[in-house]
Amino acid sequence: MSHFAAWAIAISLAYLGLLFALASFGDRRAEQGRSVIANPYIYTLSLAVYCTAWTYFGSVGVAASQGVAFLPVYLGPTLLALLFLGPVRKILLIAKAYGITSIADFASARYGKSGTVAGLVTIVALLGSIPYISLQLKAVATGIELLFAHDGVSERGALGADSALLVALVLAAFSILFGTRHIDATEHHQGMVLAIAFESVVKLLCFLVVGIFVTWVLFSGPSDLLARAEAAGVVDRLHFSATRLSYADWFLLTLLSAFAVLLLPRQFQVMVIENLDIRHLQRASWMFPLYLLVINIFVLPIALAGLILGGTVAEADSFVLGLPLVHGQAWLAILAFLGGLSAATAMVIVETVAVSTMISNDLVMPLLLRIRALGLAQRPDLTGLILGVRRAGIILAVAGGYLFFHSVGEAMGLVSIGYIAFAGVAQFAPLLLLGIAWKGANRNGAVVGLLAGFLVWLYTLVLPSFVIAGVLPESILREGPFGIALLRPTALFGLEGLHPVAHCALWSLTINSALLVLVSLLSSASDLERLQAILFVDVEQSRGTPRLWRGEAKVGALEELLVRFLGRPAAEAIWQAETARRGRPLNPDEPADAGLVERAERQLARAIGAASARAVVASTVRGESIGPDALLEILDETQKVLEYSRRLEQKSRELEVATAELRRANERLRELDRLKDDFLATVSHELRTPLTSIRSFSEILLDNPDLEAEERARFLRIITSESERLTRLINDVLDLSKIESGRMEWKIGPADLVELVREGIRAAEGLMAEKGVELEVAIPDEPAPVTCDRDRIVQVVLNLLSNACKFVPRPGGRVRVELRRKGSVFEIRVEDNGPGVPPEARELVFEKFHQLTGNLNTQKPTGTGLGLAISKQIVEHFGGRIWIEEATLGGAALCFTLPVSEEAGAARVAA
Amino acid sequence: MAKRVLVVDDEPNIVLSLEFLMRRAGFEVQVARTGGEALKALEGEPPDLVLLDVMMPEVDGYEVCERLRARPEWRKTKIIMLTARGREAERERGLALGADAYITKPFSTRELVEQVKRMLEVA
Repeated sequence: MSHFAAWAIAISLAYLGLLFALASFGDRRAEQGRSVIANPYIYTLSLAVYCTAWTYFGSVGVAASQGVAFLPVYLGPTLLALLFLGPVRKILLIAKAYGITSIADFASARYGKSGTVAGLVTIVALLGSIPYISLQLKAVATGIELLFAHDGVSERGALGADSALLVALVLAAFSILFGTRHIDATEHHQGMVLAIAFESVVKLLCFLVVGIFVTWVLFSGPSDLLARAEAAGVVDRLHFSATRLSYADWFLLTLLSAFAVLLLPRQFQVMVIENLDIRHLQRASWMFPLYLLVINIFVLPIALAGLILGGTVAEADSFVLGLPLVHGQAWLAILAFLGGLSAATAMVIVETVAVSTMISNDLVMPLLLRIRALGLAQRPDLTGLILGVRRAGIILAVAGGYLFFHSVGEAMGLVSIGYIAFAGVAQFAPLLLLGIAWKGANRNGAVVGLLAGFLVWLYTLVLPSFVIAGVLPESILREGPFGIALLRPTALFGLEGLHPVAHCALWSLTINSALLVLVSLLSSASDLERLQAILFVDVEQSRGTPRLWRGEAKVGALEELLVRFLGRPAAEAIWQAETARRGRPLNPDEPADAGLVERAERQLARAIGAASARAVVASTVRGESIGPDALLEILDETQKVLEYSRRLEQKSRELEVATAELRRANERLRELDRLKDDFLATVSHELRTPLTSIRSFSEILLDNPDLEAEERARFLRIITSESERLTRLINDVLDLSKIESGRMEWKIGPADLVELVREGIRAAEGLMAEKGVELEVAIPDEPAPVTCDRDRIVQVVLNLLSNACKFVPRPGGRVRVELRRKGSVFEIRVEDNGPGVPPEARELVFEKFHQLTGNLNTQKPTGTGLGLAISKQIVEHFGGRIWIEEATLGGAALCFTLPVSEEAGAARVAA
Repeated sequence: MAKRVLVVDDEPNIVLSLEFLMRRAGFEVQVARTGGEALKALEGEPPDLVLLDVMMPEVDGYEVCERLRARPEWRKTKIIMLTARGREAERERGLALGADAYITKPFSTRELVEQVKRMLEVA
């Protein structure tokens, strides 16, 4: 090995060692809480990781053939920097609020913490990184080859291996050492940021030194350079036409670059994840474009100089290194190489750290955790495994880069390779940018859009690069697959005349965005997705300055929460109460006050328990990440609780109904019991009363044999009549109880009511004669057919007559019996000229033992007090009705009806 | 001088038998068919003992007993309540209202007469 190359290798290794030391220093300071990177300058320099070997070597390569065509790559970021205080700031706010660890995590969190989205983004990011890493390998390997060629030694011979492979191995090892010391992805990699900021300084200085050397040492200044360019016939590179880019190409490439500076995994890492203070964006918004401007100043001079001094367009990617070498400036060449190396290493380190974090966090670990057989979820310590996965991820990315370099990269320019990566990661733009602006964007839309954009990217940009490399036949590009011209990868659907990258960007981003919007509109989002969408889109309102978290919820978000957990009607009721409470409608966009949040939480707690409610509200209010599993569990639990409480409510309603019925039944029973009790007491009293007389007079007769015959006869008559009274009473009680219990044996048959009434009158004749009652009878001659128990109806008539006899005055008592047909019934009226029954008592007289006393203070009415009650039972049994009204004679009229029996009538006629 | 007994009952036959029994025992007997009549009868010279039926329309035996005990000048009058309702609660109520004895119908005439004599200290 030659002296010079050995120096170059040694210095490079020493440089890498310096970086390592710097990183350790940065980490140590961070641990001590004395961060050296917490300022906008380091932040800006770390953003300059954007400028890789592509910028360092590739821009000159493009400029040599197409002049300012290298500029869109820097115009895009410059334009984006104008948005640093807009959408970019919002992305930072979201990432900080919700502890985002990578671009895949960001996308996944936005779309309902979807594992699919995370995995998909990770895969696209990995595939997009591979060409980009291969670009770095190619640049560094080319540089090494140049250095060795200068020494006149074949690098293969010198190193005994493929230089690109060696570079890949060294970079992979360095990245592993660098990036996988820590496990927690949310922790900032302060040492790494410090190292890459340093690298940004190194590459910028090296490039400037080379530029100054070329412009003022090889030439005597810009004007000299320009003059000699004109002489050499290469000044046309300064013309716009030399770019061979249409305005559409310019626009699309600039747009693509603007996306790339935000969405490339390493850019998202340094710009969003590693950001320590959101205010740093402000300074960076002009310093970062300034850096881009400065590092590009000497691109055209170096390109022109290379061409003037005999370099070819094909060699232009290595002008930066080649010019000092050719002009014998060995140390300057080493410096130039060092600048390129720093640009490449910075890119590879950050890119692989970012991608490997995604691979472990968003792709491999979720899959491994899902495989129950591994039992990972139960393992207490997974850090070793995670570190292993990350290291494997780094090796995978670098190995992919190496393979890409070997199969495709060797045939392509640096910038062409870089653009492939740009267009790949640009597929994240729709789901990310729409995701933070439009709540309607949902997981299905994001997945379909990203997948479609990714496939279009593969087809229109990756596939053609394999054609250029000779891996695939050229006919696919010229004639289309299977000869279908419409599907030519670089002129899809007949769109020709665009730069291949612009063409890819146009189709992939259009299809991606269109599908995202369309599918989002047509499919529905889960609760979690809607929640996350609100948290992301409304991050400004829901985050705000640090206060009590209670103050940070939005009214709308709270309402959403209530609707989700309690159902719409309940939520609306609560909201109406709130509106009434404050006397004005609630605006969904206003911040909820502490009281409202507390009441909302209380309402939630009633449905899902206090702890869950707290967690859920906290997740809405401040965005404390509550895992999708936990939230789904809560939702599931809530559903169960709601279902359970619904069933409980139903049961309780049923119980209430049953209880009410039981209570009513119980009251009826009690009432019946009380009535029965009363009845028994009354019966007992009614039985004891005649018995008392019978016993007393019997004993008197027994104890007084000396009584006069007359007195003895009188006492015996009393005994006889009281015995009769007792018998009547017993008969009546038995009758009534038989009827009431349904054990009465009715002898039912056809009868003539006229006959029955006459029979009743005959039975009462003795009583009436005794009382001197004048009887009037108004009964028709023709028969009145009824169906009944003859004896019982005669009993009713007799009861009514004897009842009337009790109340008529003596003398002068008058009773009138009338029978007539009224429609479908016969009505019998028994009127008297007694005192009558006051209206309020007319119902009561049919109750058992209800005996009218009225003004009859002279004598208690005789009878059992059961006659009318029994009559009522009998009449009602045969479908009739019994009642009392005022009599034409002035007293009471006891009336009852019995239905006309057509059958009986017919039978009688037939007989 | 013969002791005076007031018989109060709405059952004519029972009044008849009680009147006979009391006269035979040597008491002077006064009769009332209702509670109201009984109270009126008390207004004159109060009897030494009242045989008081409980179940009477309008003013019942309990009320008569209560009013009787409310007047200090009637305190010396003994009260024997007669009832066809033999429940313990009613018996207690009668005694609580100031009755001296409570006899359930039908009763033994001999025992009744002895009880009256005992209470009037003539036996």
